[in-house]
Amino acid sequence: MSASSESILEAFPLTIRDWLASVVPLDWLQWLILSLIGIVAILTVFGLTFAFTTVTERKLLGRFQNRLGPNRVRIFGIRVFGFFQPFADAVKALTKEDIVPAAADKVLHFLAPCAMVAFSLLGFAVLPFGKHLSLLSNIDAALLYFFAAGAASELAIFMAGWSSNNKFSLISSMRALAQLISYELPLLLVAVPAVLMAGSLSLTGIVVNQGGDLGILNWNVFTPWGFAGFIIFFIAALAECNRCPFDLPEGESEIIAGYLTEYSGFKYALFFMGEYFGMMSLSGLGVTLFLGGWQAPCAALAFIPSYLWFYAKLIVMILCFIWMRATLLRLRMDQLMRLSWKFLVPLALVNLGTVTFWKYTADWEGGMLVARWLIAIALVILPFISLGKVLSSGLGPRKYRYA
Amino acid sequence: MTILHLCLIFSALLFSLGLAAALARSSGILVLLGIELMLNAANINFIAFWKFSPNPENGTGAMFAIFSIAVAAAEAAVGLALIIAIYRHQSSIRLQDANTLKG
Amino acid sequence: MTTFPIITLLIIAVITLGITAVALFLKNIIHCSILLAVSWVGIAAFYLWAGAEFVAFAQVLVYVGAVSMVVLFAVLLTQRKQLDLEKLTGTVGFRELGKLAAAMVATVLVIAIATTPLTGSFDAINEPVITVRDIGIQLRDNHIGALLIVGVLLTVALLGAVVVASAEPKTEE
Repeated sequence: MSASSESILEAFPLTIRDWLASVVPLDWLQWLILSLIGIVAILTVFGLTFAFTTVTERKLLGRFQNRLGPNRVRIFGIRVFGFFQPFADAVKALTKEDIVPAAADKVLHFLAPCAMVAFSLLGFAVLPFGKHLSLLSNIDAALLYFFAAGAASELAIFMAGWSSNNKFSLISSMRALAQLISYELPLLLVAVPAVLMAGSLSLTGIVVNQGGDLGILNWNVFTPWGFAGFIIFFIAALAECNRCPFDLPEGESEIIAGYLTEYSGFKYALFFMGEYFGMMSLSGLGVTLFLGGWQAPCAALAFIPSYLWFYAKLIVMILCFIWMRATLLRLRMDQLMRLSWKFLVPLALVNLGTVTFWKYTADWEGGMLVARWLIAIALVILPFISLGKVLSSGLGPRKYRYA
Repeated sequence: MTILHLCLIFSALLFSLGLAAALARSSGILVLLGIELMLNAANINFIAFWKFSPNPENGTGAMFAIFSIAVAAAEAAVGLALIIAIYRHQSSIRLQDANTLKG
Repeated sequence: MTTFPIITLLIIAVITLGITAVALFLKNIIHCSILLAVSWVGIAAFYLWAGAEFVAFAQVLVYVGAVSMVVLFAVLLTQRKQLDLEKLTGTVGFRELGKLAAAMVATVLVIAIATTPLTGSFDAINEPVITVRDIGIQLRDNHIGALLIVGVLLTVALLGAVVVASAEPKTEE
């Protein structure tokens, strides 16, 4: 029973796509429709995920702060704990007045939100959502493409901040540039170990490399270098998406809303959307590189289709992002720079050494296997402790003078 | 006229645009960007000759382009640092103003 | 079917050249830098057309992701007071001379290219593919020396840039 139902469910999206494409007779039109269906599917799934992430975030933040969160919106008298909130928000954003400051650079002011959404969507093209689900699965250098696409969204933030012709926006775009350049480096460096182990820059290859008889233990995150890499990746991803505690470019309490200050109505909503799409695609990359991608945790659970596993892991990642936002305080600019250049980058470089060791000792057996694990764990922990000691020397616990 | 000719003309025009920027603009940053464009035009030639070479399997043109991109990045970093240093001394990035060594 | 790559090449070339030409003669440096980022993407599109996928992505990553960011940073740092933008375009004679020289170089180059007989299979569309694995093997075997030198060069350039750009300690005043 399980074998047949598994394959049907696994191939279900492909079956629907091929059936839809077979309706048209022309060859080139069929190719066009095949591509379009993929794009529309990604937009629908992640658009809806975006909508419900916003309301989930607000409700969770509410719970973290001991209040209820949004729970009023109802459609046709049905009130599902306020989960219709995003639709009400969308209507509100669409009908609000769009204000452009008189001194703004009109063209760039208009282009920035569009560029933001467009660039943040580009990354989805190479993510392997399931065994057979990936838009551009044949790209050889998929990881490089992902980072190239992500690099472009910095430009959108800069355009927004500069074109608003507002000093808060300008400060914010300077902050955003500095932050994004600094955290791009650890993000790239911790992706390299996964590439090294899989021997391929293709994301599908990296996921396949994490499969095997051991199930969940084959995932990269359950190796010493993978664990360290995942933590660094998570921190750098938080910073890349401008999420708390790295939301300095927005910093409501310091520079109003940063590059968003002069945006209103639907353009503001587009920025919001771009930010969440960026968060989702980076989470997807994290899932692919470290959490086994679409692999099921054990063979017994493999009857659940691979794309659902990917989606579940993605949701867990996003919930962790929200959790961090509720927990941590915003960093100062110098702390932000120090964390990246003095802590994360050296650790990521050491991690490269660890993974090289791990790769060359792949055939150690028995007692040597224990030694391999111990050495690798030491290679992760010792630099962490010593670097932390060096960086925090002279910084005692803070004294509260007025409390 | 072959396709290789078209590629070469494309790169020659891009090179001239970069040259024009380097010669006609006086902002240090734009001069640097013009030089970057000229480097890019050279890269286009490498890739074009690689594509139409008799044995593209060994990928020499592509390799050279990769190295050239790396060197261009280093050049941009140092060049912009120099421009910032010039600005600190002259409070201007006009290259005509950086003439304190002129007799 | 053979005309399709030519048309693609022409579209890429015309758009890239047009954007670059507009970019280099705008008065506003920020607009210039952003448009130039677009023209770098156009060059990356040419690499994709030629089948050099890795080079194309590296181009976007390095130029759009890093170089244009550094350029914008430099513009913001050096334009603290609203500079007179007219001043940055140079004196008229100087500007025209520069353009004239560039136009002459362009003419010479185009004539030279157009009159060079390139024999062989240069009009056939061959589709060479260089995979990432090939590039890696090449880097490891044939170009290892160059790779090391580039690594050292980049490190030195990074350190040099930091030293040059960082403010000197205030000794006077």
